Amino acid sequence: MMVKKPLEFRLNGTEVAVFADEAENLLSVLRAKVGDLTPKYGCGQGGCGACMVTIDGRTVLSCITLAETVAGADVGTLAGLSGERLDPLQEAFMDGFAAQCGYCTPGMIVAARALLQHNPTPDRDQIIEAISDNICRCTGYEPIIEAIQSVVAQERAGGS
Amino acid sequence: MAIYKGRGVCAMNYPIGMNLGGDPSQALVHSNPDGKFTVTLSSIDLGQGMKSVSRQVAAETLGVPVADVYVDTADSDTGPQCMGSFASRGTHRVGNAVIAAAKEARAVMLEAAAEELEVNAVDLETDGLGNILVKGAPGRSITTQEACNVAQFKYGQSVSGRGIFLIPMSDVDPDTGEMTTVSCFAHMAMIVDLEVDDETGEVFNVRMNSAYEVGRALNPKLVEQQLVGGAWMGLSHALYETTEPCYPSRDHRPYSFSSYPMPGPGDLASHGISILERPAPDGPFGGKGVGEMCANPVLPAVANAIYDAVGVEMDELPMTAEKILRAIRAKAGRAGDNG
Ligand code: FES
Ligand code: FES
Repeated sequence: MMVKKPLEFRLNGTEVAVFADEAENLLSVLRAKVGDLTPKYGCGQGGCGACMVTIDGRTVLSCITLAETVAGADVGTLAGLSGERLDPLQEAFMDGFAAQCGYCTPGMIVAARALLQHNPTPDRDQIIEAISDNICRCTGYEPIIEAIQSVVAQERAGGS
Repeated sequence: MAIYKGRGVCAMNYPIGMNLGGDPSQALVHSNPDGKFTVTLSSIDLGQGMKSVSRQVAAETLGVPVADVYVDTADSDTGPQCMGSFASRGTHRVGNAVIAAAKEARAVMLEAAAEELEVNAVDLETDGLGNILVKGAPGRSITTQEACNVAQFKYGQSVSGRGIFLIPMSDVDPDTGEMTTVSCFAHMAMIVDLEVDDETGEVFNVRMNSAYEVGRALNPKLVEQQLVGGAWMGLSHALYETTEPCYPSRDHRPYSFSSYPMPGPGDLASHGISILERPAPDGPFGGKGVGEMCANPVLPAVANAIYDAVGVEMDELPMTAEKILRAIRAKAGRAGDNG
């Protein structure tokens, strides 16, 4: 028999409480139980980065993260990055045409934001390193790298 | 043992669309209560920009801002028939169908405006901002929204249009074998420079430089985006992608997406792109199609560059280090030199 377990954590700063199935992964909890559809289901095997979220500021692949391990933790998704205004990364991705089908975009932006939180002035190699868990099938990566670089330049210049 | 430099070229006349039993696409356009327009299609936007381009084409034809056009697509239950998004046909075929539908809707809208302004419809023009003006007397005008309203409420007319674009089926001439399969060609040329290590068979330091003639680039940023991403995919096909990287035994094949080989963000080739515009006479506002043309040429150009570098003809994809090394060794066994 499937046992459901109560699970509480913070999602983008808001308390959430759900019943998680036994061995349910975090991606499934976020999409099916909480209704945050910004993390995407790509491969379900930890190989593509489409499901990337943060736990206490560190990036993880939610499809291979056991949901119960986030009890009491701070989970961050793309949905948490924009409020009244879009995150500058979202703006830069749009301005730089860094998305085609858009399937990789939430994971890419979560990865990039996590990078900038730890290192506000990454160089090109550090940006590449930070998004190397994320597969993009459409853009050829260059526009994504350039969009992130443009935000680094903008934030360095003190703009918004 | 050394590193050899090679340069390969590929040039292409690229046919837009296909011709099996003919190649039609359809579009429907109608006005909405808020004065905006909906374009209904069933063509798919898989990230290449089909929706954006249809939207631009409809707005331009109707004479309204792009923001006033909504494109509803990808459902063959609710949209008119379309052959689909493949063969680089979307912009050309669907774009032309959208123009036809939008023209029909525009004509109804202008007729209603003409009645209201007491002029002839041929004396009207649109400003692209949602206004219909009397030519030469711009003070006399009516908004597109108002024109659509009176068309319906006063004149009982539906501001809507149907459009189809067809490249008819071309039969093969039984005597000559001749047929006209396509009406429209795009063109391109690409130079690939790379280096091959004859000790490992590895290809590295790949640089691409290309020129693409795309008719009119209806949305230049989308065109560029597609060329950059498509060439990446071409390079991926040329050098990486196979479901059996652990040749020769199928038993060693990867079992998941995670081990399917593709170049990552750290393996990019530089790519210099020139976009040339020579509007196509039968294209929507001169547009042709970029589509597959951005990926295809990379493969032969890379093969040619490898040949130029180490003198081996790679005739199987992907051109992995292992295959190149085997070919170099086989050639050395016969001729004893690496070209
Ligand atoms: S869906 Fe989680 S890594 Fe692909
Ligand atoms: S935009 Fe399609 S996978 Fe990245």
